[in-house]
Amino acid sequence: MTKNEALVKYCLRLGDSSLILGQRMAEWCSNGPVLEEDIAMSNIGLDLFGQSRTMLTYAGEIEGKDRTENDFAFKRLEREFFNNLMSERPNGHFGDTVVRNLFLSAHTYHLYKKLSSSSDNTIAAFAAKSLKEVTYHLRHSAEWVVRLGDGTKESHSKTQQSVNDLWEYTADLFAMNEVDELLIKENIAIDLNEIKPLWDNTINEVLERATLTRPEDSFMQKGSLNGMHSEALGHLLTEMQFLPRAYPDAKW
Amino acid sequence: MPSVTKHTTEEIWRFLSEIPDPEIPVISITELGVLRKVDIENSKVIITITPTYSGCPAMKTFEDDIKFKLQENNILDFEIKTIHSPAWTTDWITEEAREKLRKFGIAPPIRGSEDKGVLFHSETKNIECPNCNSNNTNLKSQFGSTACKALYQCEECLEPFDYFKCI
Ligand SMILES: [Zn+2]
Repeated sequence: MTKNEALVKYCLRLGDSSLILGQRMAEWCSNGPVLEEDIAMSNIGLDLFGQSRTMLTYAGEIEGKDRTENDFAFKRLEREFFNNLMSERPNGHFGDTVVRNLFLSAHTYHLYKKLSSSSDNTIAAFAAKSLKEVTYHLRHSAEWVVRLGDGTKESHSKTQQSVNDLWEYTADLFAMNEVDELLIKENIAIDLNEIKPLWDNTINEVLERATLTRPEDSFMQKGSLNGMHSEALGHLLTEMQFLPRAYPDAKW
Repeated sequence: MPSVTKHTTEEIWRFLSEIPDPEIPVISITELGVLRKVDIENSKVIITITPTYSGCPAMKTFEDDIKFKLQENNILDFEIKTIHSPAWTTDWITEEAREKLRKFGIAPPIRGSEDKGVLFHSETKNIECPNCNSNNTNLKSQFGSTACKALYQCEECLEPFDYFKCI
């Protein structure tokens, strides 16, 4: 694997994770429990799409095969996506969504903080910019997890269930392969072993405030690094890619 | 053929300053800090802009408006570049623009207050109601009418208002 091949994969990982979570956020549009949250979800989605565009465009530039951000988003199949498994988890109820978002935004928050000093200028600029937005996403999800966890008996038990259900997808967030190995040497990528304890601290703090119990690690799902996904991604792509596939080159 | 007029960067900067923000028409793209640079290289005009938020839908409008403004001034050889570094910050919003925002009913961002309390909200401090100037206000939602705003309500005059979030 050359450095450029690794870099393309790394950018797709970052870009795809934002894109897929952004699509999940968009699914909340007009379905939010209250107007404020409907708007919040759409705005978070918008930030994520913006972040994704930067990385997918950059991936296309490095790859040098004239693939655009739209080609990457709309003309790839499931196995060619490298988003983490957590980002494709279905929205479920509002508690499921905010717990998933907490796990993800705590991850990107700590990752982008370190990536801001990546030796790759485009990735560093992307991370510095995205960090500002992700900070708001993290705060939004953390506050909701506390509010629901430390809320009524029912909201507490539902949110604890969300935490338990999503836990098996947390290990995939820290999985690494030869892409990381190669890019860490170049000071482009960040060793995710450095991110894990920071993520742990943030998650522990929020769960404690929320009176929720951190699950024990048992069976953990993995596979996103090789494009292995759950069936949830296929359903998501079917909807997201419908228009460009049914009407190629449509403009509006 | 339109005669190609020679413009200085200052002139270009001046007429581009007339372009309003599409969402908040009382402030211009220069007051907002979106327009970063105007350069002339071998008679080609190079405009550098930076997005406020990564997904800001107004960016496309900014670009179209800049194109239109340049063409209107007979500048046909130009390029619009988007940069992401340094990342846009609300600190770039000029003092004058902050006053305009307030008059427009939007509480301006607190200067230089990158929030320290990351996990839980600590930005509730002293957001002044643009309607009655009371400091007795409360955050209703971190995400307001657009990505750059939060929704507040004044406890004195009871009016809801937008607050331009710090980033
Ligand atoms: Zn008031």
